[in-house]
Amino acid sequence: MSGGEAASAAVSVRGLSKTFAKGSVTALEGIDLELAPGEFVSLIGPSGCGKSTLLRVIGDLIRPSVGEVVVNGKSAPRARADGDYGIVFQDAVLYDWRSVAKNIALPLELAGWSRGRRSERVAEMLDLVELSGFGDHHPWQLSGGMQQRVAIARALAFSPALLLMDEPFGALDEMTRERLNIELLRIWAASRSTVVFVTHSIAEAVFLSTRVVVMSPRPGRIAAVVDIDLPQPRTNDTREDRRFFELVTEVREHLRGTEPAEGERVLQGGLLA
Amino acid sequence: MSAVVQPIPRGIGRRIGRGARDWIPAALVLVLGIGSWQVLVDVLDIQRFLLPQPSAIARTFWEERDALWSAGLYTFREALGGFLIGSAAAILIAMLLARFRRVGSALMPLAIAANAIPIVAFAPIFNAWFDVLSPTSKIAVAAVLCFFPVLVNTLRGLTSVRPRSIELMRSYAAGELQIFRKVRFPAALPFIFSALKVASVLAMIGAIVGEYFGGSQEALGIQIRNSAALFQFETAWAAIMVASILGIAFYASVALLERAVLRWDPSRRRAE
Ligand SMILES: Nc1ncnc2c1ncn2[C@@H]1O[C@H](COP(=O)(O)OP(=O)(O)OP(=O)(O)O)[C@@H](O)[C@H]1O
Ligand SMILES: [Mg+2]
Repeated sequence: MSGGEAASAAVSVRGLSKTFAKGSVTALEGIDLELAPGEFVSLIGPSGCGKSTLLRVIGDLIRPSVGEVVVNGKSAPRARADGDYGIVFQDAVLYDWRSVAKNIALPLELAGWSRGRRSERVAEMLDLVELSGFGDHHPWQLSGGMQQRVAIARALAFSPALLLMDEPFGALDEMTRERLNIELLRIWAASRSTVVFVTHSIAEAVFLSTRVVVMSPRPGRIAAVVDIDLPQPRTNDTREDRRFFELVTEVREHLRGTEPAEGERVLQGGLLA
Repeated sequence: MSAVVQPIPRGIGRRIGRGARDWIPAALVLVLGIGSWQVLVDVLDIQRFLLPQPSAIARTFWEERDALWSAGLYTFREALGGFLIGSAAAILIAMLLARFRRVGSALMPLAIAANAIPIVAFAPIFNAWFDVLSPTSKIAVAAVLCFFPVLVNTLRGLTSVRPRSIELMRSYAAGELQIFRKVRFPAALPFIFSALKVASVLAMIGAIVGEYFGGSQEALGIQIRNSAALFQFETAWAAIMVASILGIAFYASVALLERAVLRWDPSRRRAE
């Protein structure tokens, strides 16, 4: 991509490497990635390939060892201080001592919103994730799927420019997950925020994304980037589209390519024996 | 899209009913215990200095109620003072140690060791340091007794917050103070309250044992000691009863406060 595009990128990761344990574990190596504003990019790859680490570096929760992250033309720490990030983890991370409404209001409180504006926005968000009437409940009174929707409402409440989601639907059943996928796309279309989404599900990645980034392990690298040219808005019919299956197959083949050669040899040896 | 789920209604009436049911066995055992005590003292012809009958204790309790309760309140005030000073100091210091983690983890083994020392053993020393006859020496014993368990528990609560909870706050650019107020402190509250309940018991023990080693004539511990020395066992037992009632009331008030403050704590909920 040209320099001009980079300047207007929502996220620009350049020459990024991350090592842990005083350099003995290389989690990420030579990552280059550009996200245009409003893009929905999924990261997919085998366990331990550094998806969460990449997300955390972009979110400035950990510092890169080499390279830089630029978010909306700012350094990652600057972007974090400006409240550009909405993060959703795999488990909802709700605070038990706060009601559902107060959990959603937390980032607004920190950003200094007035009480009136807060409760107005919380009501909107509860409506958005279809949890109106649950504002006064405590998180543990909700099901796992409902909790995750609260976490999403909280991340979206202050309209962050960049939404970082680490396997947000990983713990949910298939039906709930597909429903939340469509909800998420609806929210994304309405808010026009940029999304980085980590998942283990190929179908989910293809269904949601404008681009799928396939990563390979040891050290974590970008193995392939697949453009998802399915029409917007995506609906339940999209999942039955022929193009959808083609893209799923394409991503799957790239993922196969990331499997360690040694493992393949073992497999073949097993078959020959 | 999704079916609208109604918020769960709460059966308050049923909860009260169940509360009463839970109390019945304990009340029954208590009544049976006192009843058989009363009967057995007669049947086995036990000397009254060994064990007076409950009816005799109750009579003394009633006849000397003014003196007993004023002694009880005198001692309770010492215990309460020690409880407040010791616990407040412990919570404040735990906060500092949680903030400066290095110092905290360096001092933690010391605090845990101190927590295991039988601090009541120092009571005579405190009586020598402060005025024996004034409440100060008893407040000091109670305060030191309360201090260590509250310190250790509060520090544990403040530092055992799930890392993700802190990370989420960081992602919102929250400062240390905000993280402390909105996450660390509330997360530590269950730990703090279980320590405070222990401390309420320790404070009463500290005050009374402190008085056994000398104190004002108005103090409950002194009255227990003196009436036992003068063979007024009914009075001693009645005074012990006052101490027990005050101790239970103290503990119960802390527990009630806990219930009110920790309404949100799921581990405190019974399965509905
Ligand atoms: N704080 C850390 N200290 C040391 N090593 C770490 C740390 N965090 C991650 N790693 C290592 O970095 C590598 C990538 O981890 P990461 O959590 O990013 O993987 P992932 O792709 O998210 O895996 P999964 O799909 O299982 O969540 C792993 O080898 C892991 O052991
Ligand atoms: Mg991960």
